Parts: sequence; structure tokens; C-alpha cells
Amino acid sequence: MNAHAPVTAFENEHGLEIRQERGQRAVFCGLTGIVWLHRKIQDAFFLVVGSRTCAHLIQSAAGVMIFAEPRFATAIMDERDLAGLADMNDELDAVVGRLVARRPEIKLLFLVGSCPSEVIKLDLSRAAQRLSRSLAPDVRVLSYSGSGIETTFTQGEDACLASLVPEMPAEAANAETSLLVVGALADVVEDQFARIFSEMGIGPVRFLPARRAGAMPPVGENTRYLLAQPFLADTARALEERGATRLAAPFPLGAEGTTGWLKAAAEAFGVSAGRFEAATAPGLRRAEQALAPYRAMLAQRRIFFFPDSQLEIPLARFLSREMGAELVEVGTPYLHRGHLDREMALLPRGTRIVEGQSLDDQMDRCRQARPDLTVCGLGLANPLEAEGLATKWSIELLFTPIQGYDQAGDLAELFARPLVRRTRLEV
Amino acid sequence: MQLTVWTYEGPPHIGAMRVATAMRGLHYVLHAPQGDTYADLLFTMIERRDARPPVTYTTFQARDLGSDTAAIFKDAVAAAYERFRPEAMIVGASCTAELIQDDPGGLAKALALPIPVIPLDLPAYQKKENWGASETFYRLVRTLCGPKAETVGKAGRRPSCNILGPTALGFRHRDDLVEIRTLLDALGVDVNVVAPLGASPADLGRLGEADFNVVLYPEIARAAGQHLQKTFGQPMVETVPIGVAATIRFVEEVAAVAGVDPAPVLSGAPSRLPWYSRSVDSTYLTGKRVFVFGDATHALAAAQIAATELGFKVVGLGSYAREFAREIRAEAALHGIEATITDDYLEVEAAIQASAAELVLGTQMERHIAKRLGLPCAVISAPIHVQDFPARHSPQMGFEGANVLFDTWVHPLMMGLEEHLLGMFREDSEFHADAAPSHLGPGHQPLPPPSAGEGGPRVSEGRERGAPVPERSPPLPPAPQAPSPAEGGGSSGSAHSTWAPDAEKELKKIPFFVRGKARANTERFARERALPLITVETLYDAKAHFGR
Repeated sequence: MNAHAPVTAFENEHGLEIRQERGQRAVFCGLTGIVWLHRKIQDAFFLVVGSRTCAHLIQSAAGVMIFAEPRFATAIMDERDLAGLADMNDELDAVVGRLVARRPEIKLLFLVGSCPSEVIKLDLSRAAQRLSRSLAPDVRVLSYSGSGIETTFTQGEDACLASLVPEMPAEAANAETSLLVVGALADVVEDQFARIFSEMGIGPVRFLPARRAGAMPPVGENTRYLLAQPFLADTARALEERGATRLAAPFPLGAEGTTGWLKAAAEAFGVSAGRFEAATAPGLRRAEQALAPYRAMLAQRRIFFFPDSQLEIPLARFLSREMGAELVEVGTPYLHRGHLDREMALLPRGTRIVEGQSLDDQMDRCRQARPDLTVCGLGLANPLEAEGLATKWSIELLFTPIQGYDQAGDLAELFARPLVRRTRLEV
Repeated sequence: MQLTVWTYEGPPHIGAMRVATAMRGLHYVLHAPQGDTYADLLFTMIERRDARPPVTYTTFQARDLGSDTAAIFKDAVAAAYERFRPEAMIVGASCTAELIQDDPGGLAKALALPIPVIPLDLPAYQKKENWGASETFYRLVRTLCGPKAETVGKAGRRPSCNILGPTALGFRHRDDLVEIRTLLDALGVDVNVVAPLGASPADLGRLGEADFNVVLYPEIARAAGQHLQKTFGQPMVETVPIGVAATIRFVEEVAAVAGVDPAPVLSGAPSRLPWYSRSVDSTYLTGKRVFVFGDATHALAAAQIAATELGFKVVGLGSYAREFAREIRAEAALHGIEATITDDYLEVEAAIQASAAELVLGTQMERHIAKRLGLPCAVISAPIHVQDFPARHSPQMGFEGANVLFDTWVHPLMMGLEEHLLGMFREDSEFHADAAPSHLGPGHQPLPPPSAGEGGPRVSEGRERGAPVPERSPPLPPAPQAPSPAEGGGSSGSAHSTWAPDAEKELKKIPFFVRGKARANTERFARERALPLITVETLYDAKAHFGR
């Protein structure tokens, strides 16, 4: 955990204090992304090739008992498998065979690598090719790694989407310029954005991931893409290899972020100022209306982010600029300087951003700062509450639709609720 | 390689964490990649603990592999010692670190810390959570229990015992402990040390001072108890005091070992269960078909109580604890059934369906299975869920525990008098088959009809809150071996038999809360006899056939 690794700090071009920390991390691994991804791609199945720990993680993080039969499972490796690799591939084929027989509606199967499968160098991409051939044309098999040694929490979605990119059909060379929105969004949010783009006259607009395995959008030289999530570094790289061009934008969190995000598309597609105004004004007005009551609750509140989802920077920007909150520390597991450039430009000068984590040191800083609200993972929330600090579970920010104008109020409410609750309780 | 959709037990290092988190002054350094820290939330969210578990994870990453994971581990141990100053440490590896073979025990030893550092070898690819808890507790006891205490004369002092087994994240361990302490105190027996829950390493050094040991949860504490028996000659009381009869046996055993009189504790009516079970309203419990599944301790106890203290008929018994398969099989044989030893919940689901149970006593997973099958259910065992840590005192052990069991197992069922009233008023608008239970209020939409047991009356359902995921089940696919009832499994025979209109009409006269069972039984009866048409005759033939 390199507890003694020096902390490096420097001021970046936006006047932010950026520190890097190494040490114990309290974050989920990329397998956790399966929890929302399997709901997004409705005919996909996620098979983790891993250990009992992986199975236990997913069911603990997802409360899996609520599902009759979830569209994810774990192929648990045991001692026998670890004895010889050839045997392991046969075993995997057998497991997949049983699974596909049991779930005939599955069209896309992801073999998801884990820490143990990575450490023993089990080649899941070859396994995926082999299985794809044998199961064609009914089931396509892809692979990606959600292992904790390679991915942090939301990077699992990045790895999953990146594995889809080579499968996307090629756009015709003479195709009209199209917009691709990248990153899993709630269906309701997707539909809202699609309506706004359509009112601006932007089209065709497609989304990655698509809701069905067979409907993944095409990509090519004429594709302009907008990231809807800030954690998609590998996916972006893969799209660019296919010729797509990224539209630099802030992320669609809060009214300002949503406007900036839509504006990036409007500019790229030559939408007139008047038409942009007309398409966004109703949403903007509703967002302002929804946000107003929370501003009083969140203004001047001091907020501390533990690193978790890589959403921290855009969330901090939203809380600071639209809600008037003060940022004590913004922890993030990984800072993508390129994708977050527009966001960082909007943060107040002097904001302390901490990339990486040394858990105990960070908890010391948090205790010392005594923020009004601490955004942290599930493992830390109750202990900090017990120390008298109000907390917001960060995982809820991924399970709840928070993007776009019509969710801006919901987003603010997520942060306001712990504070409101404290004013209500008299015990 | 095993296809696992859901698992009853975590990996063995979770068991070690349950022991470490239960204790004071102990720290666990776990060589594990980032992500394995999810385990903290089991303790802080499910059990609502107010502090992080005393665990430091090395959270190594891919870039560290092959270079300096061993150094990372050593640094983590040194830093954890400096920060937490524990009395003792346990060190070990999770599944991934086991593969890179850094030898946590050797690395920690090389630091020559001035405290006991106990290496744990928990094979993650062979063993599971309860085994890990047992092994960890055994290692701690073996290392820290010290030399045999100076024998203090028994004269002039109360006999004393240790209570072994309660852990963090244990199913009602908190409340069981209160009951057992009360019983022991009433018997005039002092409690020397409770471990692991609340014990410090120094407390483990005092284990030898007790006259005997009480092993509450054999899954966790039998190995440690056996070690103490061998080392200190301390007798071990192993009767698990769940249920009235078992509690009486427990009290008598403790009294015999301690040389005290059990009579005062046993006199009067220490539990209400016997009278409640004999009172006439309980007549309707007679021969209710019950399916039992859980860890070994609770499943064994539940089978005995169900049969002999509530008058149920045990039609299924099983456990995910393979280590205790022999005991479970022996108990099943007493009920004339075959035990279900599996950790595949789909197999359990199939067994429950095949048993035609009317009540399921199981884990949270069986509660969900029962919900799908429209059966009432009570939870008797881990895996643990936020609902298993109720705010109120709710023990399973001792005489109060027996009262709790009576309530929690019987309340999901229709009460006796209620059953008659419903029969009388069954055509009343409020009681027609499609009406939702009245306590749900007028706004409540009835659930889609569960075919295996229409009505599934009064299954007490709390809000699911294992984790903050919106609830929406994906569509149920038909499973080839075990047709899911929500997919029409209850009437799966109708592919072969059709209902004659008069038979269908007759079926409607049967009270709705047993109608589903009548339908399923009749269809099964017809299927087994390859009858193409179900007539009124068939209905009553089936009734006679399945009648008890």
C-alpha cells in the first residue's frame, strides 16, 4: 500500500491544487459495473470468471437476492482448475454451455475477467473467440476485465464498452455526420436527450451501449461522440481508432453542465443560437425551478469527496457553481486530464483535488476538516455518521438517473437529503 | 469450475474478518487487491456497525505485480501497527494474493513486531466463510490461550465458563448471548470470557481460567473448544440451546458440568412455547408441511423444533454447510426424508417445489424462493441480511428464543380461527380470490397470481434493503429442469390435462388459500396417471390421494 509513498502536489493550469496519493484504497473493483450494465443491455449476460470473493462482492453490492435469476453469474474457479490451464478452458466451455442452454434468450455474453483470472493469465479473449465461433450465430461472446488490479469501480463500464467498440458496424464512408452519446444512461434520460437533439435538428443520434445487443450503433469517420460519463478513457480511445471524433464538453450534470454538454453538440452540428435556445429553454427553466429550493440548503455547505466513481469532479463543479457549496477536498480515483479539462476550468481556483487514495490519511483529513457533507462509499458512511459527520453514499449517484435538466433537481436532492434528515430527527 | 448465480457463504477471509471485527485490540492485515474492500460494507451497512472493521487491505494493483507486492504488504503491516497499536495481529491473503504467494506470515514475522502476529492460511479455492471463521478463531485461541492457569480451588467461588462462538455478522449472535448469559447467571455460573465477540487478545489468554466451555455455534467454535478441552481439560457443552427441549438439555448439561442445581431455572414455565403449542388455536399447525434449510446449527435445531415442539411435518431438510452433512443426513433420516446438501439455490428451489411444503424455514434466499412460490416463510439462518439485525431483542436461543421462534414461524401462517372465518365468508366481496389482503389497504394491487399457492397469505414482507438497487426483476426465463412457478410451473401439468368446466367450478369452491395447492396436487395426480381430462372425480381422487 506504499503508506510512505510521498504525496506529490502541484498547481495545474486551471489553478487547482492537484495531489496524488498512493496507499490503501477503499473502492469497488470494475466488476461492480455489472450491476447497472446488465440492466442497460437487456439481452446480455455477464459471466465473471473468478473466485467466491467475486461472486460475494457482486451479490453484496447488488443485493442480488431480489432477482429471480439475475443476468449475471460467476464461474468460480477451484483448486482443480488452478492445477492445469487446458482443463480450465474445457471447464469454462462447459459452464458457458450450461448457461446458454439455460438462458436461450441471451444474445450477448461477456466473459468478465477478475483478479484471479488475470493473475493466472487465463486468456479470456481467446476463450471468447472460441466460444463465439461455437455458439454463432445465436450468441456473441466478448470479454473484458473488471478485475480490481486493473479497474476501479466505473472503469468496469469503460472496459465493457471498449470491448463493444470493435463489434460496432462500420458507418458508410459517405454517411451523414452522426452523433454518438457514449456511456450508460437511464433509458428515461436517453429519451429526454434524444428529444432535445431532435428539436435542435441534430441527427442521427445514437447511444452506446444500445439497449439490445443486436442494435449497437455504427461508427466511422463521420461519427462525432459526446461522453455522457467521465470515466470512459479506453472506450474513447477505441472509438477514435474507429475514426470517431470527440466533442469536448463538460458532463451533463446540473443545468449548467447539461447546457454545456448540449452546446458542444449544437456547435459541432451548426445549430443556430436561436434554435439551441428554443430547444433548451424549457428544460433549463424546469431545472432552475427544481434546483432553487435546494440552493438554500446547500449554499456555503462544506463538502468532502472520497474517491469512488470518477464522477467527483463534475459533481463538485455542480455543487460549487450551481448550489454555492464549498469544496474542502475532491478525491477521485483517477483524473483524466483531457476528458475533464472543461470541468476543471469551471472549478474555483485553489480547489484541492486528490487523485488516488491513502484511506487512513484521508480519513484523518476529513475528521480534521469536519465537512458539512461527506460523499463516500458504503463501507465508510456509517462509521463517519457515527463520528457525527453527515454522509452521502456515492454509489447512489450511479444507480439513480442524475443527468440532464429534468434530473438536476433529483441530483441536488440526493445531496440535500442527509442534511434535511438531520434537521428532522430529534433523537 | 462451478457456475454460481448466488452464494450462501463468502470466501474464508470473510470468516476471518467476522472474528477480527468481533474482537477488540486485534488487527487484520489482508493482502488483497483493490475491490476486496467491499467486505467493509457487510459490517457497516448490514450490521450497521459504527466503525470500520479493523482491517487493512494492501489493495495492490496490476502494476505492482511481480515487482513489489511483498514490500507493499510489509509496509502495510508496519503502518497498521504504528497507527492502530493492536495487542495482536492476524495476517493473511485473499484469493488473489494466495495466487501470488507472497507468504504474508513470513513477511510479517520478518518485521519482528513486539506483539503476537498470527499467520492465517485460508485456502480460498477450497474453503468458505464459516470454515474461515472457525480456523481463524482456532488459530487465535491456540496462539493466545496461554499456559494452563493455576488451579483455583472450587470451594468458595461460583463455577465459571467461557462462551465461545458469537462473531460479528452472526445470525442473532448479539441477542443469543444475552439469553445465554442470563441462563448461566440464573444457574449460578460465572462467565469468564466471551469470545470472539467483545474479547481482546488478552482475554483469550484468560480462557484457561474457566471450569468449562460453552460452544454456542459449532461451525465457528467447535475446533477452538476441542483445543481447549485437550489443552486445559475443560469440558465442552455443545448442546445448542435452540428450542425448549434443547434449552432444557443445555441447562441440565451445564448444571452437571458445573455441579449446580438446574431445578430453579427449569421450574415453572420458563417458555410460553409449550402452552402456545398446546392451546387449541395451534391445532391447525398439526402436520403442516415444512421445508427447512440453513446453516447446520439452525437447520438441525429447526427440524427438531418443527417436528416435536410445533407438531409440523418436516418434508425437507437441508444445509449449505457441507462440513456438517453427516449430522444433517442423520437428522433427515429421523424424519424419513433425504437431506438436501447443496450450495446451489436453484437446487434448493427445486427441492422446495418437489416437497409440496406449506411453510419454508430458510435463509433470505429461501424467503425469496418462497415468495416466488407463494409460500409463507420465516428466516432462521445466515447468510445475513439487514433485516436479521432487528432493533428489538430477538434471540433464537434459550427460553425467550423459543418464544421468538413460535411467533416468527407461526405468524406467516393463517391463524386457526381466521382460517374458519375465511372459509365461512369466502364468497364475501372482501374475501374473493382476487382480493388483496385487507391489511394492504385499498390502493394495493394484488400480485400477479402465484400459481403454486394462490394468495400466499400473510407472508410478512419487509422492504428489501440489502443494497440500494432499484427493485425490478428481469423477466423469468423458463428453467429446463425446474420450471419456475411464476412461469406457470404450478399448472405445468395442464399441457397434458385440461380441466373440465364442472371440475374447474368445483375447484373454485375450495377456499382460495388452499386452492393453489389443490390445483397443483390435482394436476400432478392427473399427470402421473396420464389423465387427459380433470373431472370432479379426479379432483376428489387427488384429494384422497394427497390427504393426510
